[in-house]
Parts: sequence; structure tokens; C-alpha cells
Amino acid sequence: MAERIRKEDLNFLERLYIPEIVKGLALTLKVMFKPKFTMEYPEVKFIPPSSYRGRPVLVMEEDGTERCVACGLCSRVCPPLAIQVQAAETESEKERYPEKFEINMIRCIFCGFCEEVCPEEAIVMSKDYELAFTNREDALYGKEKLLVPVHQLQDRIDFLRNYK
Amino acid sequence: MSTWEIVIFTLIKILVIFTIMMLTVSYLVYFERRISAWTQNRLGPNRVGWEGVLQPFADVFKLLLKEDIVPEQAEKKIHSLAPVIALFVAFTTYAVIPIGPSFNFFDYNISLVVADVNMGILYVLALTSLGVYAITLAGWSSGSKYSLLGGIRSSAQMISYEISMGFSVGGVILLSESLRPIAIVESQGLWMWNAWIQPIGFITFLVSAFAETNRLPFDLPEAEPELVGGFHTEYSSMKFAGFFLAEYANMIISSALIITLYLGGYQIPFIDITTLGLAHWFEVLIYITAFFFKMGALLFFFLWVRWTIPRFRYDQLMNLGWKVMFPLALLNIIWVAVLIMVFNL
Repeated sequence: MAERIRKEDLNFLERLYIPEIVKGLALTLKVMFKPKFTMEYPEVKFIPPSSYRGRPVLVMEEDGTERCVACGLCSRVCPPLAIQVQAAETESEKERYPEKFEINMIRCIFCGFCEEVCPEEAIVMSKDYELAFTNREDALYGKEKLLVPVHQLQDRIDFLRNYK
Repeated sequence: MSTWEIVIFTLIKILVIFTIMMLTVSYLVYFERRISAWTQNRLGPNRVGWEGVLQPFADVFKLLLKEDIVPEQAEKKIHSLAPVIALFVAFTTYAVIPIGPSFNFFDYNISLVVADVNMGILYVLALTSLGVYAITLAGWSSGSKYSLLGGIRSSAQMISYEISMGFSVGGVILLSESLRPIAIVESQGLWMWNAWIQPIGFITFLVSAFAETNRLPFDLPEAEPELVGGFHTEYSSMKFAGFFLAEYANMIISSALIITLYLGGYQIPFIDITTLGLAHWFEVLIYITAFFFKMGALLFFFLWVRWTIPRFRYDQLMNLGWKVMFPLALLNIIWVAVLIMVFNL
């Protein structure tokens, strides 16, 4: 058993309290005039690094179509069952596309599994963190809200290629 | 002056003092929040109006609109009486504190104190002890164990610290030979402030004043981590605001009392402004400004200490009150008595 080591007793000046209190007061006064770290939110916004997992979005190619091939892996892996995909056929090279792609943002837990499992780099986590809605219907993000041009997501895609 | 004139002047004085008190209290809350933020590297409320100066009004508006919840177990009448007692004590105490010298206004001689009574200090001590009832009754009538613990702590704490407070005042009264606040201020003269002559008494009084107003480091009655909100756990809406106002009004009174008793009241140190040949009204204005300047500095000190020192443990509090503050206050009386004997002050 470890023996308890008695720390040194306070000396007389320390036991008077008052000099110690004055020391403390001097410290807080000094801090009062230091620059503050607060970010004044609506005016100043936090720009997250590329490792940030914000709202999941679908990648939109330069020609305006989605990259997604509607394999449904993301909706399979999604732990809170937030993603709903309905596939349909298309004439283009990739043959399949999601007719309906819906993420329920009330359910989404921002785990990033969908992005991890996606074979096409078609769904990635964006840097968007301003996700307020006033009713449940607004929380269902359809394709029109989810599609984001690829050049806006390049940061995250590069990050995934390097570190995933 | 006829009786009617006295009544009218007193009413005007009460109105003025009351307005000043309410405004100071609301801005004290604002500054408390700002200063607490600054000491913690934050900004604090700065949204409502320029740098948040309208925040107090927003707060009051919010509190007015809140639902007033009275717990089922509560003793309803006493529950609503308690904040009234707290407010009554907080505001009536101010009646005897002089904020400036008397001056002539047309044919009237007006003294800048609501009631110039010759036992003012006793009046203050009596009323501040009455303030214990507010907190104890609030704690007891809420029907909640946390409130009850807060109330009991408060009564024990306030009674113990009142003793050292009373004995420290004893030293001041020995020197001034009067219980009249104006006489005490004038007996201190230009530089013979009681804070210099009896520093021990000053410190014991200051510490007791902190304990009497339930400010940190002595805020055991409302110790949040242990007792939720202490005696006001079960209060909401305007009743809660009543306690809140009373607490801050008490701070103002304690600082005014400290100024009157130990820091020379409305006088300016070393400079005798009566010799400067200024207009009479200007002199009075300078005196009033000096008083409010001192008060602001002391109030800042109250806030500053709150955000610096951690709370005492209950047994440490009692130890300090009975084994340190009380003997020191006694020592102070002996010191003053010796001074009077030796120097014939």
C-alpha cells in the first residue's frame, strides 16, 4: 500500500489568506483585459477543416447528373436507417441512377458510414453544419437539396483519398 | 419647514433613491454577467442594444412573462411572503445612508439622506438581521429538501457573521461617538478614514458584509453544485426576480455602508474642496460624484471577488466566522480604545 505523503503545511503568510486572495485577484484582473476567444456566430462563421463530418451530400458531376449508381449500400449500412434509395435505369454509361434519394436529417447521426461504404465516392460529408428546420417535413432532404457540385466537395474527396 | 413640506421632500427623496437603486441593480446584473465573461475569456451579453446595454430590460421582460410555479408541498402564504420580506429589507435599509452633504435649495435646507435618524447604524443592523427571515422562510416554506438546507445554512451563516459585523461597527462608533451616519462620515474628516485607522476592523467588516449578502466565497445558502439553487430552488417568475433584486440591492447597501463607515462617505481624500472657492451646487455635485465613484469601485470589487475565489466548505465557514473573525473584531475594539486613550482622538 502506498504511503500517504504529507504535503508541506502552509506558511504563515499563506495561512493569513489575504496575500493569496490578492494574488488571485491580480490574476483575474489580468485575464479580464486579455483578448477573447469568442466567435460571434452569425457574423463570423467557423470554417471546418476537411476532416469535419457535416451534412451528408450527393456529388453532382460537371454535367449536372448525380454520380450515384443507386447500389443501396449506404442505406444498408446506415445505423439509424436515415437513407432511402429507389433505383431506376438510365441510358447513360452507368446504367442505374437513384430515382429518389432521401436522407431524414432528424435520424442522421453524422457517423459517415455511408461515405465510407460508397464504392463511387458519390456520397460524402460536407462542411455544412447549419441544419435547423421548423417541422418534420423540412427535415426530409430530397435530391434537390442533397446534390452539390463536385468542385465544392473537392476538399473532402481529397481527404478521403489520402486518409480513408 | 412645515410638516407638509417635510412629507413632500421625503417622498421625492424616496422616489429618487428608489429609481437610482432599481437602475443600479439592473445594471449590476448586467455588469456581473459581463465581468464574469471577461474573467473567463468570453464576451458576455452584447446583443441587446449597443454592447448589450439594454440586456437588463430584456431580462426583466422575460421574467415578467414567465409562469409562476408554486410547488404543491409549499406553504403558499409564506412562500409568497418571503420575497416581499427580502425586497422590503433591501430597499428600506437605504433610508439612512447619506449620499452627500446638506445644501440650500431656495429657502430650504435639504440633507441628501432620506431619514437623518440619530440611531441610523442600529437601524441598518436591525434590518439586515431581519433579512435572514426572508431566506430562512423561503427555504422552509418551499417544501423541498434543497431549499430547506439552503435556508438553514443561511440562518447559521448570517447569525455567526452578524456578530463580527456588529463588533467591527463598535470600533467605528467608539471613534465617532455617534450612531448617526452623517456624524460618522464627518468624524472621519479628509484623510482619517476608518479604513486606515482600524484596518483589522475594515477587513472583518468587509468579510462579514460578503457573508451577509451571501456573495461568493460565502454563498453557501445557494451553493448550486450541492443544493440546485439553494433557498430559491422552488421560486420562479417575479418571485424569483424579487430574490434576485434583493440580493443585488443588498450588495449596493453593503457597499454604501462600507463607504459610510470606513471610506469617508462622500468626502474626497486630502483635497478640501471648500477652500477651492467653487459654487455651492458644484461642490455638492462633486461630493455626490465621489460617493457614487466609491460605490462603483466597491461594487466592482464585489463582482471581482466573486469570480476569483472558490466557495468555502461549511465547516471552514463556521471556523472562519467564530474562531477568526470574531476574535479579530474584538481585537479591533481594543486597538481603537487604546488609540483613543493614547492619542485622545
